[in-house]
Amino acid sequence: MTSQKNSDIILISHGDGGLLTHQLLEKYFLPCFNNTLLEGLTDAASFPVRQGKMAITTDSFVVDPIFFPGGDIGKLAVCGTVNDLAVSGAKPLYLTASFIIEEGFPIADLERIIASMAQTCREADVMIVAGDTKVVGRTQADKIFITTTGIGYMLLEADLGYNRIEPGDVIIVNGPMGNHGLSILLERQSFSFDTKVLSDCTPLNMLTEKLLERFKGIKFMRDLTRGGLSTCIKEIALSAGVDIRLNESNIPIDDYVKGITETLGLDPLYLANEGKFLLIASGEEADSILEYLREDLCAQQSDIIGHVETGKGNVYLKTTLGGTRRLTMLTGAPLPRIC
Amino acid sequence: MNIELSKKLLDQLIKLSGSVSDKLDRQITLMEVCGTHTTAISKSGLRGLLSPYMELLSGPGCPVCVTDQTDIDRMLAFARLPGVVIASFGDMIRVPGTHASLEVERARGARIEICYSPHEALSYAVQHIDKEIVFLGVGFETTAPAVALSVMEAKALGIINYSVLSVHKLVPPAMKVLLADPELNVDGFILPGHVSVITGRKVFDFIASEYGIPAVIAGFEPIDIMEAISLLLKQIVDKKAETINGYTRLVSEEGNIRAKNAIEEVFEPEDASWRGFGLIPESGLVFKKAYAGFDAAARFPVEVPYASPPEGCSCGEVLKGKIKPDQCPLFSIVCTPADPTGPCMVSSEGACAAYFNYGDE
Ligand code: SF4
Repeated sequence: MTSQKNSDIILISHGDGGLLTHQLLEKYFLPCFNNTLLEGLTDAASFPVRQGKMAITTDSFVVDPIFFPGGDIGKLAVCGTVNDLAVSGAKPLYLTASFIIEEGFPIADLERIIASMAQTCREADVMIVAGDTKVVGRTQADKIFITTTGIGYMLLEADLGYNRIEPGDVIIVNGPMGNHGLSILLERQSFSFDTKVLSDCTPLNMLTEKLLERFKGIKFMRDLTRGGLSTCIKEIALSAGVDIRLNESNIPIDDYVKGITETLGLDPLYLANEGKFLLIASGEEADSILEYLREDLCAQQSDIIGHVETGKGNVYLKTTLGGTRRLTMLTGAPLPRIC
Repeated sequence: MNIELSKKLLDQLIKLSGSVSDKLDRQITLMEVCGTHTTAISKSGLRGLLSPYMELLSGPGCPVCVTDQTDIDRMLAFARLPGVVIASFGDMIRVPGTHASLEVERARGARIEICYSPHEALSYAVQHIDKEIVFLGVGFETTAPAVALSVMEAKALGIINYSVLSVHKLVPPAMKVLLADPELNVDGFILPGHVSVITGRKVFDFIASEYGIPAVIAGFEPIDIMEAISLLLKQIVDKKAETINGYTRLVSEEGNIRAKNAIEEVFEPEDASWRGFGLIPESGLVFKKAYAGFDAAARFPVEVPYASPPEGCSCGEVLKGKIKPDQCPLFSIVCTPADPTGPCMVSSEGACAAYFNYGDE
């Protein structure tokens, strides 16, 4: 036992619910996730509820690599769940976090991940109030998987839904597309590009809450994660039974992202983002929303990228050359081409 | 991309195209031979913008698409061999063979590593000496040199658990088959930029000199493609035929000698079977004797029955420019990127995928 106490890697016994599990919690999780609801380590956290509607969502994070430029799996696990609540018109309050860790995982890495989760929680003003840790044998999981569940209450001001989307509405995004997806892809493979692409991983709830409070004309929001802008827009067009027309020249994409994706034969419109959302709002409020967004630090490159028309679920992109092409949903992971 | 310049060029091109079709009193048909061009033309919307004046047909320029069905089945058979790890470019993963794809085999337990270069596959072999790494050598003149170099390096380092299934193809022999087809109805060719970087301009001279059809080597920006098209149109009106190098910033007369030497060191040309074309003389690359030990086909002699493409699949017709992808009876009904019947629908450079993903209104 003595030698195990000093071990710097995760052992199977760290997950067996015994002494080592307890030590892991006491030493690493509790100091970071420190809050009154978690403190007692009871079987369930209890908290008061308000009137109105609650919102809950859950997501599992299995990203590889677990550390990438601009973030890590822990930050992602908080942002992902917070953002799902945020774009649904909710104010996120509490998260649960469940860890599946592979035997042999460095404790130093776990510490880094926990610290990053705690920091992101502070930014998003949410608390991790319950959790679980399991350790599985080597090769039974890939390093570390995290599942977070988030709960919050629906903002009274929010009235969002496909049914509100109608012709004439405009589509706004809060910044450049594709950075997260590309940063992961570049980290996974050793390409020799000089530029480091940073993930855009960030919590969006502070921004969405302010927006919803202020602008009644916001009818729909969605974070642009897996499948990227294209897949998301296509889903919206289909579900709302409308056509959507986008303008390529207005879609913000960083120059270096453009360059690298062109070289690799990738399309930034299909790459994942972790700090980007789109909102659909009535045409009348579009300009004031845009102006307001651009004042926010994490939305300076916001732009109106298209509008809604009557139709049957098609998405068209007007290219910079003036041609038109259809956008569809992503099939399969985006992979660089052979040539 | 310089948008202002592109738009100006586009205006000029549209004017020129209009006057050319007026003068000839018919629509022009051009063929882009390279899959990357096909994608760029669709993605930029150029195909739709120019459609009133000309037809832009896709040719046999995607290495995944021209891979023979039996060769795909052989890759799948390798994937099922115990102890073998398949190393492949990502494009091949979802390509359907007769009964499965590499993606399906991976889900069934096969080891498949996606690589971005053959060098990466070789490094993997060095790190996993207990495994046999088989690299799927799919590609044209562009890819073959890097594969050849990886094999030369493996030999020099004495690595014995690395081999390559060479289904490399050479573009000029396929062009000859296309050109000899009496049904071919093409006024000019947009030739592949990347391939020409290796081969040089001269090898394509025969298109103009022997068959009297103008050809222009083009880069991959919409600007490059528009310039190539206008060079073709000018030749067509002037009733001239030359093979012009429109990509001089990268393509030379003789090509990349070092790369060509690498191919020649390791491989020699042999007849090869192309999807939709059948056997084309001297159009494939097989291992020379000195490198025979790296030939996966010889090292793992699996029995693969001859396989023809699935019923109704018209990839061959698409690759020869006889039909456009959306004229295939299976297009978007049975064959979609999510559930492809042929490689042209799933390769990132495939003509069917380009039409499906980037089709206009
Ligand atoms: S639509 Fe499918 S089956 Fe038809 S030619 Fe294209 S890839 Fe082949």
